[in-house]
Amino acid sequence: MAEPAQHAHPEHGDAHGHDHAHDHHDPGFVQKYLWSTDHKMIAMQYMFTGMAMALIGGYFAYCFRMNLAYPGMTIPFYGQMNASEYNALVTNHGTIMIFWVAMPVLIAAFGNYLIPLMIGCDDMVFPRINRLSYQIFLLSAIVLVASFFVENGGFAGAWTAYPPLSAKSQYNNTPLGAPMWVIAVALEFIAFLLGGINFVTTAMNSRAPGMKMFDIPIVVWMIVIASILFMASVGPLIAGAVMLCFDQTIHTGFFDPDKGGDPVLWQHLFWFFGHPEVYVVLLPAIGIVADVITVFSRKKLFAYKTVLFTTFATGLLSFFVWAHHQFISGVDPRMANVFTVTTVLISVPIAEMIFVYIATLYGGSITLTTPMLWALSFLFSFIIGGVTGIFLGASGADVYFHDTYFVLAHFHYTFVPIAILAVFCGVTYWYPKMFGRMMNETLGKIHFWGTFIPFNGIFIPLFMLGLAGQHRRIWSYENFPELARPEMYELRHFATVSLVIMLLFQFVFIFNFFWSLVKGKPAGGNPWQANTLEWTTDETPPGHGNWKDLPTCYRGPYEYSVPGREQDYWPQNQPS
Amino acid sequence: MGSLTDIYIPSASTFASDIDGLIVLVAWLVGVWGVLAEVLLIGLVIAYRKREGVRAQYITGEEKHQKAWVAYPHYLVLLCDVLIIVAAVRVWYNVKQELPKADSTVRVIGQQWAWSFVDPGADNVLDTADDIATVDEMHVEVGRLYHFNLEARDVMHSFSVPVFRLKQDAVPGRVIVGWFEATKTGTYDIQCAEMCGIGHGLMPGRIIIESAAEHAAWVKKNTPAPVASAGAAASAK
Amino acid sequence: MKPIATTRSATGIPTGRLAVWWVIASEIVIFGGLLASYVMHRIGHPEFGDYAANTATWIGATNTFVLLTSSLSAVLAHQAAEKGDGPTAFKYLWGTFFGGLCFVVIKSYEWTMEISHGFVITTNAFWSFYYTAAGLHACHVIGGMAIMAIISNDVKNNRELQRVELIGNYWHFVDIVWIFLFPLLYIAK
Repeated sequence: MAEPAQHAHPEHGDAHGHDHAHDHHDPGFVQKYLWSTDHKMIAMQYMFTGMAMALIGGYFAYCFRMNLAYPGMTIPFYGQMNASEYNALVTNHGTIMIFWVAMPVLIAAFGNYLIPLMIGCDDMVFPRINRLSYQIFLLSAIVLVASFFVENGGFAGAWTAYPPLSAKSQYNNTPLGAPMWVIAVALEFIAFLLGGINFVTTAMNSRAPGMKMFDIPIVVWMIVIASILFMASVGPLIAGAVMLCFDQTIHTGFFDPDKGGDPVLWQHLFWFFGHPEVYVVLLPAIGIVADVITVFSRKKLFAYKTVLFTTFATGLLSFFVWAHHQFISGVDPRMANVFTVTTVLISVPIAEMIFVYIATLYGGSITLTTPMLWALSFLFSFIIGGVTGIFLGASGADVYFHDTYFVLAHFHYTFVPIAILAVFCGVTYWYPKMFGRMMNETLGKIHFWGTFIPFNGIFIPLFMLGLAGQHRRIWSYENFPELARPEMYELRHFATVSLVIMLLFQFVFIFNFFWSLVKGKPAGGNPWQANTLEWTTDETPPGHGNWKDLPTCYRGPYEYSVPGREQDYWPQNQPS
Repeated sequence: MGSLTDIYIPSASTFASDIDGLIVLVAWLVGVWGVLAEVLLIGLVIAYRKREGVRAQYITGEEKHQKAWVAYPHYLVLLCDVLIIVAAVRVWYNVKQELPKADSTVRVIGQQWAWSFVDPGADNVLDTADDIATVDEMHVEVGRLYHFNLEARDVMHSFSVPVFRLKQDAVPGRVIVGWFEATKTGTYDIQCAEMCGIGHGLMPGRIIIESAAEHAAWVKKNTPAPVASAGAAASAK
Repeated sequence: MKPIATTRSATGIPTGRLAVWWVIASEIVIFGGLLASYVMHRIGHPEFGDYAANTATWIGATNTFVLLTSSLSAVLAHQAAEKGDGPTAFKYLWGTFFGGLCFVVIKSYEWTMEISHGFVITTNAFWSFYYTAAGLHACHVIGGMAIMAIISNDVKNNRELQRVELIGNYWHFVDIVWIFLFPLLYIAK
């Protein structure tokens, strides 16, 4: 096969496709790191941007939790906090973690890195659109961070941005921060719509010869389905964001009851997207977990087709549950019954998926490497997150739990597995392929336990606080006698100290990550003895074009421990 | 079944026990499933740790007898879900759809950043001269069935009384009606449970649940002056 | 320069066509959300019918005709491209462009007239929806025109002819959105 050519000049007028090879120019710094169209580099850009934003989001959490546990304290590395700052911190913590950490890392970084490699081709189908998507994403991150520094600071009306609070600066007091927040989110949506073009077309069309639909690794399926879910659900919210921005800037009245508008319309537009969105981020995470547990239990994924079927069912059903976020918001109470039925029932396909993953472990030969620990901790924690959701889906119970810390603890028991546990699982697993070196196992395990145990220490107290009626987005509970009791403060202290410990252990990861880049043991092409195509590249890290001769696929991705074979793994590209 | 949530928070309304009962039901059902799943997860990891010379099994999961291990549990989950749905709908209907006949109607107003309340006064009719307007404090009589007319002056707020297990968002431009009946006297928190700006945490309220006699005395003491004197003049005749 | 990935087609559908369908699908959801919001508002606010009486139906109808004609031009461009006739496709592509230009010019005239009569985006909720929906649509018309201009040079020289069909598909979609907008904004009174 002809080696794909490489150009060193900017793409601007290059609407022509040349299929003949050009001379190989060595790319300069800008072309290689800042202006690249290579899917692996774009993946790194998304990953590092996402991780930088995670530091900001994590810092915000540290600040507001310190304020909650120790009211009035001068917080180290922050200072004194007032009510307005608190609201801005919680708003942007949530916004950043979902849109600028979970999505870029799970979908854009892993998607960009893995899809071409796992399906055996040389790049995404539209590399320049890929580059553009990152640039728009970066712009969205810049707009968001800039919003913190304008007059009156960043938007502070919760990540859900309900109007009229979010629509009128006389109420929210952030005349610049509020529209900047909306614009940043809208730009992020556009970036991911563009990115989706590549994920879907590449996975559908550019597969290696011989790779049938059911030979595709689960993580690739999951990212593709997530992209489709995202695309199908975000449209109404983009429309809503335009409407909200107009309300904020030119004073239209889409959501203003005084002008004939309806505040609850925003809620519908937001949650119609907001609920599928949680599955958008869940799917890549469980995809990563599937690929990791199969490798480290040396077992075929149990019922691959069932995994796909339950994913489709979950995805489809996820479009019909959104108003469980709005049970008591003023919608017609009769509507609540419909949504409680759909919401509680969505636990069925999800439970089935968990059963299938657990069944994969049965009869395995399990090694508890760092990636495997992360994958198992994901399952352990997500089970807790999933079952606590039932309390909220049951409309009658939600009357009590809505807007309490019970909700918060539930969604952190789902989001932290998704955005943190599964991400570390993927990073520690694919690091050897990305950088050609092994991460240090001992440090990896220290980091794992130092993250996983404190994580539980943060959120179990929050379940208890929620049960006791503690409501959300409150800067200080000093004004609420029932919530200012000493027992309540003890729980807050425990949670906050756990958070500080967890944050400190992240330095172990940061050190391990950068130290291993130079000092890690050379990894070789396939250190985990896995089956999937990314481990068969000519070089590690893979060079431009990934393979000189693109592979052919002969079997599915999970043929581990096949009886009668000497080796307990069987790479997809091996003829026999 | 005792009230699990009573360990955490008192219950002071007629429907609090309905809601608590639903919470406990869900807790038992998901608790059993959750514990089972976690034990199985950890158990399998321990049982199938890599052992020298022992190879993993090749199980596709596509055979019928293999699928049964997943299929039967998921039908059981479905059954538990149906139970939960039926219980949830019943509780929801009682609390949010059905509006029992009111003994009194009060007005509750949320705004940036305080709760204000209007008691119908001695004539038990809202929007008459003897109405009693209060800020921060809501006085109600135990055992009396109240309707509340909930309004928001500016942005979304949410009227939340944890000991009643009562919560209802207040939407500007609308009047939303709900109900409650207190079952014991005492003074408890009123919260705003929807982000409403800088002062969201600075608008606590207190609900003061009084006996009939105490409440009548409070009404008499707080009735606005012209009406009180007119009433006194009328009763003096 | 194109990666091999671009040229593969495991589904049998060319990658460019898949991509355009994806874009169209995402736009359907965006416009769908906006129009569904409008319809819900309309149902809840009967007075919208009175406000809508002030739209100029005859201008809307003219624009509908203009867009349909421009779509015809796009179809002819595609036919020429299928036959490998770049110069003819180029001609019809610019014909479609011209149709889009007419649409935008007529709309500018229409909006100027409405604004001078005091109907601006903040007048009331109906007009907010009107300008937002029609404005978003007009942006997509302009975007389509820009793409046609950009690809036309290659097309004239018989290169990348598949793009004519792709932009044609996009243009038909923009047309269909207008077919929904026109009755909702202009006729339902």
